[in-house]
Amino acid sequence: MTPNIAAAKPGIPRNPDAEALDPFHGVDFSKLEKSLHRPRTFMSMLFTVIVSAMTLFALIPLFSVLWLLVWRGGRKLSIAAFTQLPPAPLEQSGGFGNAIVGTLAICGMALLISLPIGLLSAIFLAQAKPDNRLASSVRFAGKVLTGFPSILAGVFAYGVVVMATGGYSALAGAVALSILMLPTILLTSEDAIRMVPERMKEAAIGMGATDTQVVWMVLLPAAVPRILTGVMLAIARGAGETAPLLFTALFSNYWLLWHGHLKLMQPTASLAVLIYNFAGMPFANQVELAWAAALVLVVMVLIANLIGQSLASRQVQ
Amino acid sequence: MPTEAQISKPPSRTQTVTDIAFRALCQGFTWLVAVIAVIIVLKIVLAALPAIRQYGLGFLSGQVWDPNKKVYSILPEIWGTLYSSILALIFGTAFGVAAALFLAEGFTADAVFALLKVVNLQFHPFWGKLPVQVENLLSNLIELLAAIPSVVYGLWGLFVIIPLIRPACHWLHADLGWIPIFGTDLSGPGMLPAVIVLSIMILPTITAIGRGALLAVPTRLRMAAYGLGATRWEAIFAVTLPTASRGIFGGIVLAFGRALGETMALAMLVGNANVISASLFSPANTLAALLANAFPEASPKDVGVLMYAATVLLVITLLVNIAGAYIVQFTASELEGEKV
Repeated sequence: MTPNIAAAKPGIPRNPDAEALDPFHGVDFSKLEKSLHRPRTFMSMLFTVIVSAMTLFALIPLFSVLWLLVWRGGRKLSIAAFTQLPPAPLEQSGGFGNAIVGTLAICGMALLISLPIGLLSAIFLAQAKPDNRLASSVRFAGKVLTGFPSILAGVFAYGVVVMATGGYSALAGAVALSILMLPTILLTSEDAIRMVPERMKEAAIGMGATDTQVVWMVLLPAAVPRILTGVMLAIARGAGETAPLLFTALFSNYWLLWHGHLKLMQPTASLAVLIYNFAGMPFANQVELAWAAALVLVVMVLIANLIGQSLASRQVQ
Repeated sequence: MPTEAQISKPPSRTQTVTDIAFRALCQGFTWLVAVIAVIIVLKIVLAALPAIRQYGLGFLSGQVWDPNKKVYSILPEIWGTLYSSILALIFGTAFGVAAALFLAEGFTADAVFALLKVVNLQFHPFWGKLPVQVENLLSNLIELLAAIPSVVYGLWGLFVIIPLIRPACHWLHADLGWIPIFGTDLSGPGMLPAVIVLSIMILPTITAIGRGALLAVPTRLRMAAYGLGATRWEAIFAVTLPTASRGIFGGIVLAFGRALGETMALAMLVGNANVISASLFSPANTLAALLANAFPEASPKDVGVLMYAATVLLVITLLVNIAGAYIVQFTASELEGEKV
């Protein structure tokens, strides 16, 4: 049977002979072409344009932020900014060296708390059977904690550390940040271990390895790049957080290492809190320093993110 | 030449003991995570109990916050938290879902491919990879929006957004002031700048989860729609979006949770005024911003009251986050089942 398209068209006289020779007799081919005059095609085109425009519009803030950071923050950036202490009001020089050290120290301590907990429980979650109640509840708790408001982590650390030790400290800040880092490390590590091909694990078990040996000699070495991705993302998140540090680590105008003593139980400066404090000040020098500190902070966070992403993509290849 | 006995031997006693110990250790730490999650909630709620007993439900319905007179209530903060989050959600969803569609439905790759076709390089070994690379670059850029710390967004909002929108706000108030949302003038920090920055901050969440949900829609569904003669957008509206809708909705709920708990950008931009106003240009306050501002200089007696406010925020965000995580998890497993 030849397709009888022409029969469906009213107004065109039926010619049985021509139809037999040419199945497309009487078809107006111009109507089958894509044309913007037709409402369906036009709407499709219109939506495409709208969605493209909205996506590009959504990227404007990113470029605006980055441009301003380089432009306003870059001007103030100098050796002094990295080596000096924050200035007093109306003082014209100064820097945020202690805040950089503080951010690194608090993040490092937070990682020391959350990495062992996150990694060991990730090993348990990855090895657990699907019907394991503990594993599925902890996994769900991790997912809920991912969206836990950072300020409440600060409130918790205030209640647990600051009220117990009687003062603001770097340790309290680290406890607050570790709560925010934990779900990222936990969930990405579990995924990383699960992504190791099953046959590698089975080969090791077939060789007579104990569970511990399988984990340490096969699963973890293969999963390390992805685990590090999670760790870098957690560090990037922790370094940028301000709210949990406001009333745990507070701020300080002095170095963490003062006269040879490591002041971990004293208020400690961090870049994020410095930006918040200085942004609201009426002094031009402080505002400029806030922009420079924001540039340094964003560069640190982006480097951590990029390292994490490159580790992840290397694993895929 | 090692003998058979040297190669194949059962695990030694030390190895067996280590194995049991390590397994117990892992299980112990998993219990620890569960316990930590419970302790976080309990610690905040227990610290708030004295204040809850003292102030009761009136704390939630009054409008005065005056530490000097020891009068505390947080209705304006609850209003500000919900109002700013819902407004940000509207903008964030519109742009976030648009970006998710743009990235998941191959518009970018098609556009780059069409451009390459003009210069006849579309199958070139180097340039031919460009469409995929440009698409990855765009989705990474959207994710970078999430990497920028909120305090930097606050700084940007203070020095860029507020000066930028002030003339327009002034004009809107002068000419259309009879509409409640334009009822006051923007005198600096206010609801609108906070909402703009907040919607930028939640957009990557919606885009990332929405894109994942769209990509999880089986290709054969899309192909079937094209085969029936649907245009690309008819297929998107009739097939792809409805199929992915639950995943996208889960992303929106998680983004809502994030907006409710966001602190720094709001503390810097919202104006911290105890006002309930429908106006977009009026200063306001949110629960998180209240905590950020009042906690550092709180006396021990005030801390209990702030813990009460923190409990309210905790309950709201936990409910929203549990709902979001549940929806995303449920949808993911459902679609996986469909693929098999």
